[in-house]
Amino acid sequence: MLTVLVPGPQTLVQDLGRPGHAALGVPPSGALDAPALRAANRLVGNRLGAPALEVLLGGLRVRASARCTVAVTGAAVPLHVGGRPVPWGAPVDLDAGDVLAVGRATGGVRCYLAVRGGLDVPPLFGSASTDLLSGLGPAPVRAGDELATGDLVDGDPGPLPGLRPAEPAAAGTPAVLQVGPGPRRELFDDEAWAALTGAAWTVTPDSNRVGLRLAGPSLHRTSGPAELPSEGLVTGAVQIPPSGQPVLFLADHPTTGGYPVLAVLARAALPVAGQLRPGAVVRFAGQG
Amino acid sequence: MTARLLPCGDAAVLVEVSGAADILPLYRALTGRPPAGVVDVVPAARTVLVTTDPDVLDEAALHRWVGGVLAAHPGRGAAGAASGAVSGAVSGAVSGAVSGAVSGAVSDSVSGAASDPAADLPPRQVEIDVRYDGPDLAEVARLLGVDAAEVVRRHAGSSWTVAFTGFAPGFGYLVTDHDGLRVARRDSPRTRVPAGSVALAGEYSAVYPRSSPGGWQLIGTTDAALWDPGRDRPALLSPGDRVRFREVR
Repeated sequence: MLTVLVPGPQTLVQDLGRPGHAALGVPPSGALDAPALRAANRLVGNRLGAPALEVLLGGLRVRASARCTVAVTGAAVPLHVGGRPVPWGAPVDLDAGDVLAVGRATGGVRCYLAVRGGLDVPPLFGSASTDLLSGLGPAPVRAGDELATGDLVDGDPGPLPGLRPAEPAAAGTPAVLQVGPGPRRELFDDEAWAALTGAAWTVTPDSNRVGLRLAGPSLHRTSGPAELPSEGLVTGAVQIPPSGQPVLFLADHPTTGGYPVLAVLARAALPVAGQLRPGAVVRFAGQG
Repeated sequence: MTARLLPCGDAAVLVEVSGAADILPLYRALTGRPPAGVVDVVPAARTVLVTTDPDVLDEAALHRWVGGVLAAHPGRGAAGAASGAVSGAVSGAVSGAVSGAVSGAVSDSVSGAASDPAADLPPRQVEIDVRYDGPDLAEVARLLGVDAAEVVRRHAGSSWTVAFTGFAPGFGYLVTDHDGLRVARRDSPRTRVPAGSVALAGEYSAVYPRSSPGGWQLIGTTDAALWDPGRDRPALLSPGDRVRFREVR
């Protein structure tokens, strides 16, 4: 069991989400940086989709109530146990009473703390994930919460050679996200596509697990009716609302939407998008 | 079936059909015996979204499968060459096409599609108590050229059917058999629509299951629990269900 001493700005239980229920209006949810979640689970010998903590920006402190093995992946964060530094991206053994402190993220925004056995959280629609849009899953982690561990083991703890944290953004270097045309590409002219893929977009502070809101040149469609009937949305959809400022949908996105989707991220780009912080600069690359 | 496959990234395709009446037959065809790797099939007003795990079902295989399903299912709304029982449901007018799709769903759900969670559930008659106290009631009346009491009379006096669900858990898009309540969305969406708000937009009425941003016109409030994950059937409304609103004060 882990006792939460300080939760940091936002700490949530996440696994690989609950895809498969979108027709009921249930968002996929799940870790925004799924490869990092899987890596954390692999390091402690868990099943890859075991529930873990998704820690936004760092600042989490937890105390182990018994011996256990933990690992942290995803965003680059300093880690200390009892004031001594311990390695990122490696299994770390905690004794009863040890306090693990997750410092401030220097590259990326979301780190993943897995504990051997996984967190014991009853699944809803097959997932323990907290979905901030629909309210499914456990409430965000608070100080004093006691997080029980489960038995979702699948081997022994061990290292993962070559594992690297999310890159700290070098000043002035934008993250590049691969995109392809979305279902309503045809409602936009080639200039709009050129603006999407040519501009430097800034992630705004009202971004969250539902989506990244981007600031840059206004994009407007050149044809089509005033209102589109609602249609299914995918994670990674780049939607253009009437303001002309794109919204890039992440895992807690609504299952349908009524504004046109100009582009869709390549799946491989989703974990990169999930590690962008407000103020980060983004470019889209792709033929459309 | 007359349909277009629209690009939607490397793990999905959006199928757009020419008429609302084609949606539920297509949805049922796609959820009947999907190949491994199909993750979600999401019906909406004029489209069905199919998402996949591309490690199991790649883009080319997805397009082949969807193309095969479309070729095997003659359209209802556009082609008009459907069987007697079906074409009987799809009578003429635009609003008729919507109710045609819905009655098709009801009869299909009796025979039962395999992996569609909603298809396992028989359509129900649901009554929802509403206080018609919404902040947009007067504006809706103005847009329709009637008084507020007439908006209430039309809304509570109509028989509604759940055409599809989506947007958020428990959010059902309800259609009726006339267009006497058809209003545009608000020009500027609200950042927060309270849970239980009863709303209108376009051809639909809906109840917001929980507080969320939204651009629909709010005409009333209900205490009904539209979504409760603790229930056997978390969503109060499933596709095909019949709904009546009852005015309470």
